Amino acid sequence: MSDVRLMIDGQEVVVSSETSILEAAKQIGIEIPALCYDPNLEIEAACRLCLVEIEGSNKLQTSCSTRVKEGMVVHTQSEKVVKTRKDILQLLLDSHPNDCLTCQKAGECLLQKYAYDYDLKFRVHDGAMRPQLLDTSSPYILKDNAKCILCGKCVKTCAQVSDRQVLTFAERGYETYIALDANQTLETSSCVSCNRCVTVCPVGALVDKRALGKLRSWDGSSRVINCKRCDYGCEFEIVSKDKKNIAVLAKPPTNGRPLCLKGRLNTELEYIDEPEVPYRKISGKFEETTWSKALSLDGLLEKFEKMDSLKGKTREE
Amino acid sequence: MITIEELKRIKEEQRPILEKRLIEQGNVNINEDGSIVLNGDYYKKQVRIALKNCGIIDPNNIKEYIAVDGYFALANCLINKKAKDIIEDMKASGLRGRGGAGFPTGRKWETAFLYDADQKYMICNADEGDPGAFMDRSILENDPHSVLEGMAIGGYSIGADKGFIYVRAEYPLAVRRLRAAIDQAKELGLLGNNILGTGFNFDIELRLGSGAFVCGEGTALIESIEGKRGMPRTKIYRTAHKGLWEKPTIINNVETFANVPVIFQKGVDWFRSIGTEKSPGTKVFALVGKVENAGLVEVPMGTTLREIVFDIGGGTQNGKEFKSVQTGGPSGGCIPANLIDTSVDFESLDKIGSIMGSGGMVVMDENTCMVDIARYFLDFTVDESCGKCVPCREGTKRMLETLDKIVSGKGEEEDIEKLESLSETITLGSLCGLGQTAANPVITTLKYFRDEYEAHIQDKKCPAGACVDLVEYFITDKCIGCGACARACPVDCISGAKKELHVIDQDRCIKCGACMEACPPKISAVIKR
Repeated sequence: MSDVRLMIDGQEVVVSSETSILEAAKQIGIEIPALCYDPNLEIEAACRLCLVEIEGSNKLQTSCSTRVKEGMVVHTQSEKVVKTRKDILQLLLDSHPNDCLTCQKAGECLLQKYAYDYDLKFRVHDGAMRPQLLDTSSPYILKDNAKCILCGKCVKTCAQVSDRQVLTFAERGYETYIALDANQTLETSSCVSCNRCVTVCPVGALVDKRALGKLRSWDGSSRVINCKRCDYGCEFEIVSKDKKNIAVLAKPPTNGRPLCLKGRLNTELEYIDEPEVPYRKISGKFEETTWSKALSLDGLLEKFEKMDSLKGKTREE
Repeated sequence: MITIEELKRIKEEQRPILEKRLIEQGNVNINEDGSIVLNGDYYKKQVRIALKNCGIIDPNNIKEYIAVDGYFALANCLINKKAKDIIEDMKASGLRGRGGAGFPTGRKWETAFLYDADQKYMICNADEGDPGAFMDRSILENDPHSVLEGMAIGGYSIGADKGFIYVRAEYPLAVRRLRAAIDQAKELGLLGNNILGTGFNFDIELRLGSGAFVCGEGTALIESIEGKRGMPRTKIYRTAHKGLWEKPTIINNVETFANVPVIFQKGVDWFRSIGTEKSPGTKVFALVGKVENAGLVEVPMGTTLREIVFDIGGGTQNGKEFKSVQTGGPSGGCIPANLIDTSVDFESLDKIGSIMGSGGMVVMDENTCMVDIARYFLDFTVDESCGKCVPCREGTKRMLETLDKIVSGKGEEEDIEKLESLSETITLGSLCGLGQTAANPVITTLKYFRDEYEAHIQDKKCPAGACVDLVEYFITDKCIGCGACARACPVDCISGAKKELHVIDQDRCIKCGACMEACPPKISAVIKR
């Protein structure tokens, strides 16, 4: 691995030859828009927003998947790049419901951010839109196919845990959508509500249902804690508003950190002032349950009491 | 284990039997040099390399393939040549991939040859999917061994001991014949372990596609063989370095492989003497559409479109005026009549906005609407887009919607500009070849037949009379009131008293054209306008 020197938008940068153009640009403060790129996931190059122009090539190249080369001269904002990028964003907007007013993702949505950056608006047209397919079957996740931009991040992150691999692409072309198992719902599928997919979704297609209607992204304050349930110590965001902790949101899983429902519920119980009732999935049905059952503490609690009382007795003797 | 002597013995034994059968059949000519060609004017003007055995040998009998020198090229390569020599020969031959892009085969093989790995793969792309194209099918069904032999030579040169043929399940006969051919080759020891006692092992397995056109794209094909959803990969690595299961992989098209054994039989110089400097050899085309003699045509590169369409194809049907020829399938373009003298090779076709493609060649006459043709191909692409990248998935859909509007008479002035802008974005922005070329049918028809778009949009007329929403059937005063049209009309929308002028109710007319056909030719009172 050697270092290479290249020019991005007139600025010189020296990075290792294994670096992508997108990451090299980031190092000198140039942000290239990308919807499907995530450093923790396999490179997809599906959204095509990160296209850049490289001198000496007529084609545009995706900066997420193109590695730097010595002497490369890259333009991330050339006329050709910006025109293509705007067209691609507009194509996404043309299929996206105009729902930013009430969308839970507003303020954090990458599509919204890039539309603002490139001054693009929803257009009225009589062409096709994605069908409204709202999966409300889970108490933990809300899946809205109409808002999905098919970046594939959810599929990739789900596939990283070998015994999950629930999410997948179904159909093709404009009819493509994200399905669970062989077209099941969040409830009937083998989904374990770990919320990995929710953490990587760049738009409002997958949101945490327990936070729904409770807060907007710009509301309140938040801090990040590590889950104490197991040694992985996954990160969760504790959101508070009006001096009350109101929601626990999973942070994106990094390498080796799997995220799980039990850890999230554990964190909810620990930090949230008035946590909602927990649910368990029992043979493909979500059922309301008790906190001790949800955290598998049933037998343990009795044993705690028994052991504590035994301890008391021993002391008395 | 078979030896070269045994192979020669089979040839000597089988050759007279084959010749006797062919002479009895009476449809071939056996030349002095031993080559066998099919009789007839249609074949006289062709030069057949990839198709040379098609229609001649029995594809179910490996001995007949051996009788026409089959497997001797492989034997010669294994016994007398080093892997490096084969690569050099392939490079010198100038053979370019026949699947569409025309990448030099020798250079492709060299990339995998030079890359060190414990396992390498040779893949034959037999996922032929362009509408109206059936070149590969014909080779697979009629001469499967030529593909197997080509693959084995390739495998030996790059250091692969395993090959896959990715073939469409929609070609059941090809699948059956390939299976039989592989079994026979294994039985004789021309595939499998220690081929011809040289220590070279090569095995071939079939993988059947499930109907997705995009799986003809190399990386999507690899994903499919790996058991995943057929979606193209972004090319971070070359497939010749990291392809199937992350191992060096070479993918060539059926026709490319079929050329390989012949190059080694007859030599590089012979091969280079056919075709052009930059595109040596021949190309097979599936000549279809409104042409008198449809069928497979194999001609030297550099032959003009005129020679193919008129000299071999016999021109358009029923003496109609020739309008355009479409090459390259959904990725190609429509070439207008004034460019009919363009020679067919990779560079020339590229220059005029079309592509060689895999070899589909659709002839169109005055009754073909070019906007409708663009719409047809776009409809195909929209259906076959894998859905992965935004420009292809969303962009082609919007283009199709715009074209639908235009052919139904609802086109607006700005639609042409919109089509041009979207074409540019889809071409520049798409991930794989399918998307990057999806707009070609629209780009070329806009370039060469823009007036037809304008007629649809401004005058709400289809000059070719093909777009049903824009034509009107009308009965002129030549009508003698015989009532034939009214009786033929399936929706009873023609009225008129006997021996008086009949009238079509335009609101109810479904524009089927039955009235026009029913009107006695001598009268011809019904017109389309």
